[in-house]
Amino acid sequence: MSQHQPQAASGGAFRAPLLFAAMAALLLLEGTTGSWNSALYILNTGLIAAIMALGVNMQWGYAGLFNTGVVGFVAIGGLAPVLISMPPNTGAFSAGGFGIVLALAVAAGVIALAVLANRRLTFQRRVVVVPALLICGFFLYRAIFDPAANAIEGVNTAAAGNLGGLNLPVLFSWPVGALFAAGAAWVVGKTALGLRSDYLAIATLGIGEIIVAVIKNEDWLARGVMNINGIPRPWPVPYEVALQDSPAFLERAAALGIDPVTASTLLVKLCYTGLLALVLLALIWLSQLALHSPWGRMMRAIRDNETAAAAMGKNVTLRHLQIFIIGSAVCGLAGAMLITMDGQMTPGSYNPLRFTFLVWVMVIVGGSGNNWGAVLGAMLIWFLWIKVEVWGPQIMVALTSGLAEGSALKQHLVESAAQMRLLTMGVILLLVLRFSPRGLLPEK
Amino acid sequence: MDFLNAIVALMNYVIIPASSYGAQLALGALGVTLIYGILRFSNFAHGDTMAFGSGITILLTWGLQALGVGLGQLPTALLALPFGIALTAALVLVTDRAVYRFYRKKKSAPVILVMASVGVMFIMNGITRFMIGVDEIRFDDGLRFIISAKEFKAATGLDEALALRSTQVITVVTALLVVWALFWFLNRTRTGKSMRAFSDNEDLALLSGINPEKVVAVTWILAAALATTAGTLYGLDKAFKAFNYFQLLLPIFAAAIVGGLGNPLGAIAGGFIIAFSEVAVTYDFRKVVGYLMPGDWSPDGPIQLLSTEYKFAVSFAILIIVLLFKPTGLFKGKSV
Repeated sequence: MSQHQPQAASGGAFRAPLLFAAMAALLLLEGTTGSWNSALYILNTGLIAAIMALGVNMQWGYAGLFNTGVVGFVAIGGLAPVLISMPPNTGAFSAGGFGIVLALAVAAGVIALAVLANRRLTFQRRVVVVPALLICGFFLYRAIFDPAANAIEGVNTAAAGNLGGLNLPVLFSWPVGALFAAGAAWVVGKTALGLRSDYLAIATLGIGEIIVAVIKNEDWLARGVMNINGIPRPWPVPYEVALQDSPAFLERAAALGIDPVTASTLLVKLCYTGLLALVLLALIWLSQLALHSPWGRMMRAIRDNETAAAAMGKNVTLRHLQIFIIGSAVCGLAGAMLITMDGQMTPGSYNPLRFTFLVWVMVIVGGSGNNWGAVLGAMLIWFLWIKVEVWGPQIMVALTSGLAEGSALKQHLVESAAQMRLLTMGVILLLVLRFSPRGLLPEK
Repeated sequence: MDFLNAIVALMNYVIIPASSYGAQLALGALGVTLIYGILRFSNFAHGDTMAFGSGITILLTWGLQALGVGLGQLPTALLALPFGIALTAALVLVTDRAVYRFYRKKKSAPVILVMASVGVMFIMNGITRFMIGVDEIRFDDGLRFIISAKEFKAATGLDEALALRSTQVITVVTALLVVWALFWFLNRTRTGKSMRAFSDNEDLALLSGINPEKVVAVTWILAAALATTAGTLYGLDKAFKAFNYFQLLLPIFAAAIVGGLGNPLGAIAGGFIIAFSEVAVTYDFRKVVGYLMPGDWSPDGPIQLLSTEYKFAVSFAILIIVLLFKPTGLFKGKSV
């Protein structure tokens, strides 16, 4: 058996390299016909999408778990750069930080107590004690939490009004983002795994909505919809302004014949490309190792026949929980990287269609169960997602050229053509699911 | 007097809005639960079926308004609704033929059907946006209030006002009629009985000569009718916005699961449970408590369990509690 998955795919050993070369050609075409800046932008965001797709592929491809809350795990990961790398809001922590920590500790303690009571007590006592505990606990939590949150929001409201961060290097926030997402995944997985497969889909849909709602509304945490700007850059990536001031850089740019502003934006993007590609390759390497280890074989055995695996003494629910947490952590990592690269946190942009269901299209199109397939699918679908928005109106203008200029129908059609990309993604998903369910790069 | 004021405030802000919202959720959850009972998967496209159905009903309403046809005091949308249902049913039947039938014949795992329904969701969402755009649309016409706040105050002399919007009454009345018709159909007609038989035991139903394709087609038509009605009522009551219907998916699923997936009676109960908890938990009880407390004392801050933005958290919490303690739902559904 080959160690390289794609080699065993139909179409022979060259299928994967050829498809990746075609993808590269598409990006080069974008660079030469459009602009290199936009080509690099698509490449960088595509690399981050590829990491999300890897996470979803672990859950779906390795274990058959349907997670519809990817947007929530990406969003909670995006919280990490804010909390780790932003400068602290002076005075905010002393104003309410202690109260917040205490309130969260109370909440965790009450829930732990309720779980304990639920396990230990008889049914008659349980139905009284557990709800009573939870209700009293909730009011206690609110009594501590509300004044603390208001106090924090009152500190330096116009510029910050939030807790601020720890002022640590932003690279450190990436694993922290993964940890945040893992924690959220543990809570959902613990309740919804082990039930019917659809239930996990519905429960994750809920947790996704809730995490995004929390980030939008808890101003003390990350300013909510007021957004956070100026998240510091990770270590090797320079600032454009600094580059444009550096004589050595200006000389280089002049030698290459590129104007300094374009050259600086290109260099910054290239630095990000290197950094993101490094993380992506490390993740692929790790997950390929895991997939070919006894652990990976066990996972696939569970996916292919749960009953048989359980009969062999494998703890199916525990393994599902494990892979669900790992996959969500990878999504959280991608979320932290996305916020770092954007340099700002805009909770309004977390749309489930874009961050959950689009990632699903990527995984299905690429080939579920195949890590390289997930990466290829992510790059391709992301490219189309960006370009269809541009092509849609152009095609519509061409199609409606027969209609009278200024007619209401023509205007409506051209204006709504930008909405075409959702339709396109749906059609692609259904076609692949129907005619090529194993995707572009099938699992061997 | 204060006691009456408290009751009126409670009616105005909790009981009336929650009843109409509950009726909308119940109709939505009925559609989900029917699909689940017969086709055995959770239909993620249901929210967008509602959006499509109400979108097309709005277009027809505008058409009727342009022709000068109306129902007088009632909103014109009610007249457009049957045509909207017919068009939505046609679209849904086409998706069944083009998408779901293949997986049904192959006896694919339910999760593959869920995945396919996500694809359908994308397509319906795209069509809806293409058709009617993404902006908020109000399309209620006719009589606005049955009891207006001013009249109520003048008639009763209370400090607290009660407003009863006609859309709220229309929602509840329509929902009652639809539910009555649905249960009559399921319990009294031959097709309805064969649907229930199919839902209880597919193999036995096939053996006794029930045509599965007919059962499936009728189920889709019913689901489309319920979705279009629920979506139009929701749009009349609040406003039409394509993305809102996607967000209704969670409360609708929660309602269907709380009642027991596959159980129509449960879906109705679930809809009202979710709606009343959502409204009660996110309502600020300051006014009510102020009236009930002796003297002029009134609370300083809001008495609100959760802010309105967290209404999804309520459906989610109820969903989790039911999943943990009674995964088959309150009224014994099918699934475990």
